[in-house]
Amino acid sequence: MGIISGLPIEKIPIYLEKVPGGAIMMTGVNSILNEAKASSLWYMLFGLACCAIEMMATGASRYDFDRLGMIFRATPRQTDLMIVAGTLTLKMAPRVKLLYDQMPEPKYVIAMGGCTVYGGPFYHDSYSVLKGVDKIIPVDIHVAGCPPRPESLMNGCIQLQNLIRTERLGHDRDRPGLRHITPRQVPGMPPLNGGLIRPDQIPILR
Amino acid sequence: MKVAELGEKLRQHFPEVAFHEDLENPQALIVPESDYRQVAERLRRDPELDFDYLEFQTCCDHPPNRLDFLAYFYSYQYRHRLALKVVLERGLPSLPSLADLWANADWNEREVFDLFGVVFHGHPDLRRIMMPEDWEGYPLRKDYLHPNVVKRPD
Repeated sequence: MGIISGLPIEKIPIYLEKVPGGAIMMTGVNSILNEAKASSLWYMLFGLACCAIEMMATGASRYDFDRLGMIFRATPRQTDLMIVAGTLTLKMAPRVKLLYDQMPEPKYVIAMGGCTVYGGPFYHDSYSVLKGVDKIIPVDIHVAGCPPRPESLMNGCIQLQNLIRTERLGHDRDRPGLRHITPRQVPGMPPLNGGLIRPDQIPILR
Repeated sequence: MKVAELGEKLRQHFPEVAFHEDLENPQALIVPESDYRQVAERLRRDPELDFDYLEFQTCCDHPPNRLDFLAYFYSYQYRHRLALKVVLERGLPSLPSLADLWANADWNEREVFDLFGVVFHGHPDLRRIMMPEDWEGYPLRKDYLHPNVVKRPD
C-alpha cells in the first residue's frame, strides 16, 4: 500500500478479483466514496429566472441529466447539489441561504449564469440584485453564459464530479477559500438569519 | 362609449368637479385629487358606466415636483375604457384607496406605494409588496439612489 499512497487520489486503481460465487473488490476508501458521491448528485428543483428554463431543458430528455446520475428532488433535505439558476434578488437571498442551510452534507453549489456569478446584466444600475451568490453561500463551480446552454451546464456538472473525485476522506472541506465563507450583508438585503416569513404572523395562514 | 362621451357623462354627474382633457394621453381624464374617490365610485356603481374591471394603477414621476397617478378602468359589458389621472405633489403624495371597490386595487396600490411612495388612505394592508419590508426609499422615483448601484460607464 506504500506505493499506492503516493499516487494522486483519482489514480488509485480498483482491483477486482473474481472468486467462485462473486468477486472481491479492493480499492482506497476515498475512491469508492467519491465515486458514489460523484455519480448520484441529486439537485434541488429550484429556479429563479430564465436560467431555470435552460436547467429544465437540461433535465429533460434531449440532454438528460439522468445520464450523470442527476435526479431532481423537490426538497432540500434530499439534495446534494444546489444549482442556483437565475437572478438572485436581495429579497430572495435569505431564502436561498435558508434552503442551502437545510441541505445535508456533503453539499455542493453550482452558480449558473452571469447573474449568479457577478450580477450579469444587472451589475450596473441595479439596486435590487445580489451581485454574485458567492457573497452568501460557497460556490464550487461557476458556469458562465446568459443563460448557459445545456452543454455548458452539463460541463459544469462534469467539472463538479471531477472536483468531487479529488476529495479525501476527512479533508473534503479544506479546499482553500471554498467551503468557509462568511456571508456578507449587502445594503438593503433582509437579515440572513431571520426576517423570513413567519406563517404564524400572517392572518390568512393562521 | 368613447372617452369624450364618458367625460361628458361624468361632467353631468359632477358639475362641480373640474375635469380636464389629458393632452399626453387620449384615454385619460385629469381629476382633482379630492374628487378621485367619488368619481371612481361612480364608475364602479353606475349601471350605465359599469366599469367592472380595474386594469392597473401606476404612477409617472416628473421631478422636481409632479407625480402623475394613473388608474385604468375597463368595462367588460360595454367594452369601453377610461383612465383617471391625478396630478400629485411629489413631497408626501396620498390618495384614497379603491380596495373596497375593486379587489385587485389592494395589490396594485401596494405596488404604487412600494415603488413610488404614494400613501393610500383606507387601504386594508398597506405594506411593501416587491421590496423587502425594511427597504428605504421608493425605487421608481427618478432621483432614487442606492448604495448598491454601480453606475454604468459611459
